[in-house]
Amino acid sequence: MKVLDNKKKIESFKLFLYILPFLILVGMFAYYPLYGWVYAFFDYRPPKPFSLDDFVGLKWFKYIVDNPIRVNQIVTVMKNTFAMSALTLGTSWLPMLFAVFLNEIKCVRFRKFIQTVTTLPNFISWVLVYSIAYCIFNSTGMMNSFLQSLGLITEPILFLQQSDHVWLTQWLWLTWKNLGWAAIMYIAAISSIDEEMYEAARVDGATRMQIIRNITIPSLMPTFFVLLMINIGNFLNNGMEQFYVFQNAFNKEAIQVLDLYVYNLAMGSGSYSVSVALSMLKSIVSVILLFFANKMSKSIRGESFI
Amino acid sequence: MNEVKVISKSNKIRKKKMKQSIGDSMVEIICYIIFTICAILCIYPFYYIFINTISANDLSARGAIIFWPKGLHLQNYISALNIDGLFQATKISVFRTLLGAGCTVGASAYLGFMFTQENMWHRKLWYRLVVATMYINAGIIPWYLTMKNLHLTNNFWGYVLPAIVSPFYIILTKTFVEGIPKELQEAAQIDGAGVMKIFYKVMLPIIKPIMATVAIFSAVAQWNAFQDTLLLVTDTKLYSLQFVLYQYLNQASSLSSLANNSSTSSLAAAVATTQTATSVRMTITIIVVLPILLIYPIFQRYFVKGIMIGAVKG
Repeated sequence: MKVLDNKKKIESFKLFLYILPFLILVGMFAYYPLYGWVYAFFDYRPPKPFSLDDFVGLKWFKYIVDNPIRVNQIVTVMKNTFAMSALTLGTSWLPMLFAVFLNEIKCVRFRKFIQTVTTLPNFISWVLVYSIAYCIFNSTGMMNSFLQSLGLITEPILFLQQSDHVWLTQWLWLTWKNLGWAAIMYIAAISSIDEEMYEAARVDGATRMQIIRNITIPSLMPTFFVLLMINIGNFLNNGMEQFYVFQNAFNKEAIQVLDLYVYNLAMGSGSYSVSVALSMLKSIVSVILLFFANKMSKSIRGESFI
Repeated sequence: MNEVKVISKSNKIRKKKMKQSIGDSMVEIICYIIFTICAILCIYPFYYIFINTISANDLSARGAIIFWPKGLHLQNYISALNIDGLFQATKISVFRTLLGAGCTVGASAYLGFMFTQENMWHRKLWYRLVVATMYINAGIIPWYLTMKNLHLTNNFWGYVLPAIVSPFYIILTKTFVEGIPKELQEAAQIDGAGVMKIFYKVMLPIIKPIMATVAIFSAVAQWNAFQDTLLLVTDTKLYSLQFVLYQYLNQASSLSSLANNSSTSSLAAAVATTQTATSVRMTITIIVVLPILLIYPIFQRYFVKGIMIGAVKG
């Protein structure tokens, strides 16, 4: 009996050994970087090797808040981050609407075509989005030559070098890229709504808009809610790629979100330690937000998403 | 008396129905219009850039090509071969896409299967550790410093190794494997097959559909990756296509001289086919976007399936 038990234990340990190489990879690329947070407590300047003597405690955290110019800069960055996230959050019902009205189209081929075409931009990189923006909106691009040929403008407008409406235009690009893809979740949710409900409503003489308002949208609310919570959890994570490719000397003030600021700080001006301190704060706040959103989801819907 | 009432009532109903159907078809017509606009907004940019790459370059540089190509020629694509670094970057991008996606698919299938083996030592703990990495993010700079410590900067493996274990894909495959009847594995076990043999002989053929989904997702991610080149690579030999495109977008217009072919005979032809900054940018854009445009419509159902399973579990 004991031999058998031992054999089982060896078997189970062997299974662990089978996945160990991959666990090491996870440790290396997901957990080991967390160790990098210690740089926030040291005076680390890259060409010089890292040494324990440079321990500075909370110096960099104080450094972030003790100079009014720096505080101003961070306030601007936070404003940008909040504005862009709030725009996305405030319009997170758009994909739902998109799906609901797409469902109203009875021609299946047209519907499939629209779905394919509108999800396509989600699969191209931000560099390509920027390239498209550049080709269409630069001084000799299609937009300017079109407006000029109509006689609306005489001088080309430098769309991409403007410092106004940056939040709005960035939101528009994001929506262009994501709308169709985000709608797919809702399209799937719509197809799982009980057809009998629709039948009953139609027999009772409900109009399409009434059916949409009273059946389709309420059935989509759970999906909407979960996605909203995930969005809240990601409030600070705008990512940097989009803003990095679109940034230039003219719109920098309005486009620098937290992720991009952290990158610019380290790679642009070599302030590794400050940058690490900032990204550490960001990660902690993000995790708290995530747990908060998860808890909300649990208490309202009795279901967590983590 | 009664009959009249009935008739008037049915008339009323009919009128109401008429009104309804008018309102309903209005809704449908508006939908058609709005979605057609959406489709145009999504297709036209690609179309616009494409027609410009095959049109006379002096016209495209002035922004004169808007609806249809004028002065067709393919010189831009022929000259693209001479563009500095483009061929090398294409090689890097193709190679990282194939190798990276291959490794990710293999690891996801393997781990997705392994994490269903209930008698593994502390299985739940390891699984949670892997899944938690979806939410744990040290930040860009600590990540960069880690990669530097591991000597993965300016190293091709820096593109591939970090992407091998991806929690999202592992969740996808694990969910799929859990949907397969347990009896299949048990039967193989009784026949004396070990875990590895079960994985190769029994599981792999069954989980092919989900592997296709993972393959397509990770291939697109590898092809589109830009940030890792930006952070990790300074060696021009290792630049990916996305990065080269970004560089060309930000370079002065003198770049067109790089690709110019001096052997063009007549002057008129030379003007129309001489590379301009615009033509070079647009040609590279089409080269970079083309693989996505070609594979996406074919594999769309895999993408949709992937996100659906992910949504249920995520």
